[in-house]
Amino acid sequence: MQIFHRSTNTISRVSLFGAVFFIGILLWLFYDLEASPWTTQQNVARNQPLQFSHAHHAGAIGIDCRYCHTSVEKAAFAGIPPTKTCMNCHSQIWAQSPYLEPVRASYRTGESLQWNRVHDLPDFVYFNHAIHVNKGVGCETCHGRVDQMPLMWQAAPLQMAWCLECHRNPEKYLRPKDKVFTMGFLPAEDQLTMGRRLRKEYGLRSEALLTTCSTCHR
Amino acid sequence: MSDGARETGNGEKPGTQSRPGLPVYPPPAAMPPPDPLEPQPEVLDFRALALRRADERGGRPWRSLEELANTPEFSAMLHRDENAVALDPSGVDRRDLFKYLGASFALAGLTACTRQPTEKIVPYVRQPEEIIPGGHPLTYATAMTLGGTATGLLIESHQGRPTKAEGNPLHPASLGASDVFSQASLYGLYDPDRSQTLLYLEEIRPWPAFLGAIHAAIEAERAGRGAGLRLLTETVCSPTLARQIQELLKALPEAKWVQWEPAGRHNAREGARLAFGEYVEAIPHFDRADVIVSLDADFLSSGPAFLRATRDFSSRRRVGADGAGLNRLYAVESTPANTGAKADHRLPLRAGEVEGFARQLAAAVGLGEAGAAGVGPSAPERVKFVAALAEDLAKHRGRSLIVAGDGQPPAVHALAHAMNAALGNVGATVEFAAPPEAQPSDQLADLSALASDMDAGRVRTLLILGGNPVFTAPADFRFGERLQKVGLRIHLSPHVDETSVACHWHIPEAHFLESWSDARAFDGTASIVQPLIAPLYGGRSAHEVLAATSTEPERSGYDVVRDTWRPFLGGADFEAAWRRALHDGVIPGTASVSKNVTARAVPAPAPAAPPASGGLEVIFRPDPMIHDGRFANNGWLQELPKPLTKLTWDNAAIVSPATAGRHSLAKEDVVRLTVGGRSVDAAVWIEPGHADDSVTVHFGYGRTRAGKFGTGAGFNAYAIRASGALWIAAGGQIVKTGATHPLACTQMHQNMEGRDIVRAANVADFVRDPQFAHRLTKSPEDGETMYPTYPSDTHAWAMAIDLNQCVGCNACVVACQAENNIPVVGKDQVRRGREMHWLRIDHYYGGEPANPQHYLQPVPCMHCEKAPCELVCPVEATVHSAEGLNDMVYNRCVGTRYCSNNCPYKVRRFNFYHYSTQFRAPSLQMLTNPDVTVRWRGVMEKCTYCVQRINRVKIDSEIGNRTIRDGEITTACAQACPANAIVFGDLSDPASRVAQMRKDPRTYALLEELGTRPRTTYLAQVRNPNPALPEPVRRDWPTSFREETGQL
Amino acid sequence: MKKPKPDLVPIPPGQDRRVPVIEPGYTFASVTDKIGQIVLTRRTPVFWFFGFGISFLLMMALLASIGMLLFRGVGIWGVNIPIGWGFAIINFVWWIGIGHAGTLISAILLLLRQEWRTSINRFAEAMTLFAVACAGLFPVLHMGRPWLAYWLLPYPNTMALWPQWRSPLVWDVFAVSTYATVSALFWYVGLIPDFATLRDRARRKGFQIVYGMLSLGWRGSAQHWHRYETAYLLLAGLATPLVISVHTVVSFDFTVAITPGWHSTIFPPYFVAGAIYAGFAMVLTLSIPLRKLYGLEDFITLRHLQNMGKIMLATGLIVGYGYMVEAFMGWYSGSPGELYVTLNRMLGPYAKAYWALILCNIVTPQTLWFRKVRSTPWILFLVAMVVNVGMWLERFVIVVTSLHRDFLPSSWGMYHGTFWDWATFIGTIGLFLSLLFLFLRFLPMISIFEMRTLVPEAEVREEP
Repeated sequence: MQIFHRSTNTISRVSLFGAVFFIGILLWLFYDLEASPWTTQQNVARNQPLQFSHAHHAGAIGIDCRYCHTSVEKAAFAGIPPTKTCMNCHSQIWAQSPYLEPVRASYRTGESLQWNRVHDLPDFVYFNHAIHVNKGVGCETCHGRVDQMPLMWQAAPLQMAWCLECHRNPEKYLRPKDKVFTMGFLPAEDQLTMGRRLRKEYGLRSEALLTTCSTCHR
Repeated sequence: MSDGARETGNGEKPGTQSRPGLPVYPPPAAMPPPDPLEPQPEVLDFRALALRRADERGGRPWRSLEELANTPEFSAMLHRDENAVALDPSGVDRRDLFKYLGASFALAGLTACTRQPTEKIVPYVRQPEEIIPGGHPLTYATAMTLGGTATGLLIESHQGRPTKAEGNPLHPASLGASDVFSQASLYGLYDPDRSQTLLYLEEIRPWPAFLGAIHAAIEAERAGRGAGLRLLTETVCSPTLARQIQELLKALPEAKWVQWEPAGRHNAREGARLAFGEYVEAIPHFDRADVIVSLDADFLSSGPAFLRATRDFSSRRRVGADGAGLNRLYAVESTPANTGAKADHRLPLRAGEVEGFARQLAAAVGLGEAGAAGVGPSAPERVKFVAALAEDLAKHRGRSLIVAGDGQPPAVHALAHAMNAALGNVGATVEFAAPPEAQPSDQLADLSALASDMDAGRVRTLLILGGNPVFTAPADFRFGERLQKVGLRIHLSPHVDETSVACHWHIPEAHFLESWSDARAFDGTASIVQPLIAPLYGGRSAHEVLAATSTEPERSGYDVVRDTWRPFLGGADFEAAWRRALHDGVIPGTASVSKNVTARAVPAPAPAAPPASGGLEVIFRPDPMIHDGRFANNGWLQELPKPLTKLTWDNAAIVSPATAGRHSLAKEDVVRLTVGGRSVDAAVWIEPGHADDSVTVHFGYGRTRAGKFGTGAGFNAYAIRASGALWIAAGGQIVKTGATHPLACTQMHQNMEGRDIVRAANVADFVRDPQFAHRLTKSPEDGETMYPTYPSDTHAWAMAIDLNQCVGCNACVVACQAENNIPVVGKDQVRRGREMHWLRIDHYYGGEPANPQHYLQPVPCMHCEKAPCELVCPVEATVHSAEGLNDMVYNRCVGTRYCSNNCPYKVRRFNFYHYSTQFRAPSLQMLTNPDVTVRWRGVMEKCTYCVQRINRVKIDSEIGNRTIRDGEITTACAQACPANAIVFGDLSDPASRVAQMRKDPRTYALLEELGTRPRTTYLAQVRNPNPALPEPVRRDWPTSFREETGQL
Repeated sequence: MKKPKPDLVPIPPGQDRRVPVIEPGYTFASVTDKIGQIVLTRRTPVFWFFGFGISFLLMMALLASIGMLLFRGVGIWGVNIPIGWGFAIINFVWWIGIGHAGTLISAILLLLRQEWRTSINRFAEAMTLFAVACAGLFPVLHMGRPWLAYWLLPYPNTMALWPQWRSPLVWDVFAVSTYATVSALFWYVGLIPDFATLRDRARRKGFQIVYGMLSLGWRGSAQHWHRYETAYLLLAGLATPLVISVHTVVSFDFTVAITPGWHSTIFPPYFVAGAIYAGFAMVLTLSIPLRKLYGLEDFITLRHLQNMGKIMLATGLIVGYGYMVEAFMGWYSGSPGELYVTLNRMLGPYAKAYWALILCNIVTPQTLWFRKVRSTPWILFLVAMVVNVGMWLERFVIVVTSLHRDFLPSSWGMYHGTFWDWATFIGTIGLFLSLLFLFLRFLPMISIFEMRTLVPEAEVREEP
């Protein structure tokens, strides 16, 4: 007497091999998810308490990054402008615009504006803007074309592998110091040759040192 | 986060902050000073009240915090769960569990199922120009007062929150060094148990209410010209406070001002008066003395300016190859202490016999009339000791120095002065100047007068500014009880303590980092005490309280202090001079000029006290860590291993092995210690080198109202401390109760087992064989390794520790704790061998158990070039940096503890529980150093050579395209060290100090035979004994395998 | 259950006179019946419920302690600085050791054509699997952050990091997982023909289907048998080196470290010997009661017990040699640390554990020299039990006494297992037994088809 239908043979053979691929695919999915924008929030525009547009201020008007992010060259934190900075201009122009009421309110009451953080590294990572900017790493290299972002979003995954990519071979990304704050910079010469030159010129540390754990983790 | 906590947080008492418009309770008129004659019913049930509300906290600090952090977000965060502070690290609630798992996943970089929560950025509205968020911390100069003298400090402030204290190089008492108290003062500032509200009979009152009350009281006193008013303070060294008090006394001449310092220097003062007929401060110059004699004086870790003393002393422990310049220290000591540990010759004597010894010595150095005759016969070796010592002193006239301990009776101090005079040391190695305190006085006499006045009901109003007299006053004064007879009792203190609950009014005292004041150092140098943060809990300084008694009740401390200095700093450019004083932390030209005083005849021997009738001698000392009890709730100090005994969280009745044998006592036995008809139960600790038939108890423990850490820890030695025998009590009895009390000790085994761990030699042997430190063990030849070598083209950080200079003061340990966010784990965890200190000071005995040699050795991470820990970590959580650092990557660590097992130095520490939850306490959050990761449960951690400091300077230098100067980078431990024993620097720079020290013949590496190539190296110890005296036996103690090395 | 009457088959001359590996009088059918019915019977014996119940409760204790561990942290254990490894690693090594007998019996003895292995290899292999399962728990649990255990695996990740290949813990991951995989495979392949038998004899549909699926359509054709034999031999060949490798690698956890008492080249060989020692002790501990309870004295005969006794004696002697060399090296190395650790083991606070271990592992087994002991099941059982304890003590001594007093006396400490340490350990014993009881109930504990080859019918005799 036969318990199984004859098709069982095929089914069992297929499932035996299938299992292997199935597991493989699962792992691959897992990894992919881990690196996906869903996790990293890459390319996800964040809402803000008021609709501040980098595209307008940095792009259209062409205000220098350092006008607002004052400490980017001397501190770890680039700096978020105090309400005062906004009011420098907006006490004159758009002084009555309803959009800017939160700014004026903050200036009146002394209550800070509360922005939603876009670029947020884990607390055990000690990133320092000053050293990067001073060694010829452009804003654009990590933050993307800020001058084209109406609402700010995170242009890079900000995951360790991504950091290491540059720390292992910076010459791929270096640019002249005077071009650090320019958006959409295109090197006149070949990036690699320029990068190698700048790397020497700016006295970047050896790869061993750039990838030493305590360079970022303390 | 936890709403429950938030409710109890601020929902409880809405009226906490005194806002304008709040009704003032009670209206000033409604509170006449109660009649002292009839009993005060409300006082009685108020005591009950006090007990009932023992553990309640006042309102929350949030108002001032908001001002500070400029955001409601922040203050909301500060209200997160209170119970997280609880020091039972296993006390993890379910909510926490998921938080950890969640957090750990997120932090782990396993980001698949957890995304970073959206955080807020809250910029300033108007940014103060000097503050750069994420920029360098700012540093301000201020000063800390303890025991009537000040130490100058530089405080590091991150965006308005002070996080770290360092010594002020310009300040004579510090010279850049700092001690455990100043390091731990930050913890004191953020102590969650600090008193947070103004209380009247345990009811919350606004400040104006107090103003009304005090005003009414003062007015009432005017009639009797202040006859019923008493002012009780600690020793005052603040010119401003003194000025205010004098003004008050001018207004009310009949009022009296009493000072009481339980660990004060009464004996030194009275001794000076005995010798010179007036109060003078002896200013020793240890750096000028070739021969130093300590008469039971622990000048290396207590007393005024012991930092300065240590700096001067250890400057003479540096040895060149010729062994020249080394000083010689003789210590006559009852209780083993750091000073005795560093001594070249140590003579254990009962504290009561030291006077006899002093007289013998005095006679021997030519003061015939010293009355040595009055001293009974003494052991031959002691006679020999005295002879040799006298000879040595005679040889070094004008270059010797004799100091007496604060615990010794005035006569001994007088004798010391006389001997210094006779040896021509005055003006050479010791100078005299006016005392730093505003009004030197016989504090004991004053206090007893106050006590009897209170008893007689002559005191209507008692204003207690600081201090905790109910706890610290001599037992026979029955202070607490008599205090109840005072009509109006006002107490200013940082905690609601034993005295507060016995008073009508409790005023939360502002921490010295929260208030304006000024203070004088041991040599009279004055400093302005400037606040670094607005009072967290609306605390008040003594100045403001005294101002309340004056005609301008609302005058701020700032104005009052400036009033004091305006005349001195010159009217014209006062602002400039004032700013300069603030900036430097010292006021030029304030140091007192040295006086010419001549010692009178040596005091006649006191009527020979009957030799202790068989009973034990009881020695009272302030606790080396929590001092007179004021730091009882300071977690850092509580967990700091006490010198030599390595005890934490407890005091003990310390006896010598012989005495323990005679009474058949074992460690941790509880004994009933009785002296002068009073008794207390104490746990026993056996300390080799302690004088026989003598027991030392440290006072300050046994607090009943200290806070979470302090309350109930240890036993109260004040309970048996009587005015007749403040320091030394004869005729003590000791009886075993049969009970035992667990003690938490961080180093159970203090025997070197014949291994070359601490290497030492006599100076003679050293000169004969400068390489002695290397003869001992054979280390692998250089290049004899199978592992890759690290790049030599870059910095090579290294540390050198001179064992000859280290005095084991523990400053480095706390400094490290403060710098690196090291949690406090509590007594139970310490007993389980889980303390977290990254840096420990090992202590070993050698020689005779009756009078052993001591070996001290600070042990941080060795940063081995061939690190065993790196080899075995499965996930590369600990790896070698290109600059030779042994990096520890917390966020990569999975916690196998393999690295610790394989670390021959056992310098790694593990988070067995989520110890860092304590940093979630509303205030302690502000304590953490933002440049160092706060470690979470289940990860390994260890000394990093303060890599955050290294990186800060490196980044600066690279931005500025400059090289790093030697000494520009220093670790927290090296910076704090008063002995200059620890030096950090770059080996690749041959000119650097550390490279130089490496070349010293005394340099050796710990366990170098293992081939680990430590970057931390030691300079061997060189002692300088007197050839005339028998060589102290230098052999290790026999191994006893049975003895258990650890608790639980 | 009564034994079927054996029909008499004359034992031909020239047959050896030793105790047979199967009592006379069995036929293909009766063997199959006897073993098969244990599984196929509807009436589960009472002692099974009893035993399984207890083991299950213990297993719950394990779950409880694991929950507590994840909840509060590894601090609930007795571990501290300096003793960073406690019960967890001790138990890990102990279980792995026990796991060794199975593969040894099935693979090596198969290759050596030791026919007596056939009646014990099946549950020895099962025991191996379950022991490895228990062992596998501990390295994960002992971590400070167990949920990150997968970081020890090499896999592409967003941190661009790999494990640290120099660390023996990473080697462990591979050694143990390989061992688990191969022995599972070996065990399953061995089961296939029996699954088929059960499938054919099962009455109930459910059983037929389950066993049917497990038997992978086995029909017992000559071709099947031909391929089967080859595969089985190949697997045996694969498994053999593992017997050596696994415990060698485990011993590296200690030898690679520089800690005195660990840093010694004797470890690999004597760990392996110790493992086989422990393994056979456990096989005896299980088989002696089992043959009684299930009335299998005819299949697991005194011959088996004696042989296992002899193997224990041999491996026991090797282990003893290991101890001696350790002590000798302690003195000969001339390193103070080594010497101290050696003396400390014998005289220190943990001396009791050390001497108990000598008593259990060296002295007691010497009784095995006597045939009387070897052939008396209950004595043999006691000896085996003692050795099991002894082997645990050995790991305790190695882990704890080496760590608690190493180079710097300042950091010496003591270690004591806490309540949760014990709960976890005993819990794993519960897990082990629960799995074993399930195995006894639902799978043939003795290889049916291999037993068949032992009965006289299988003797190929040419006709006169």
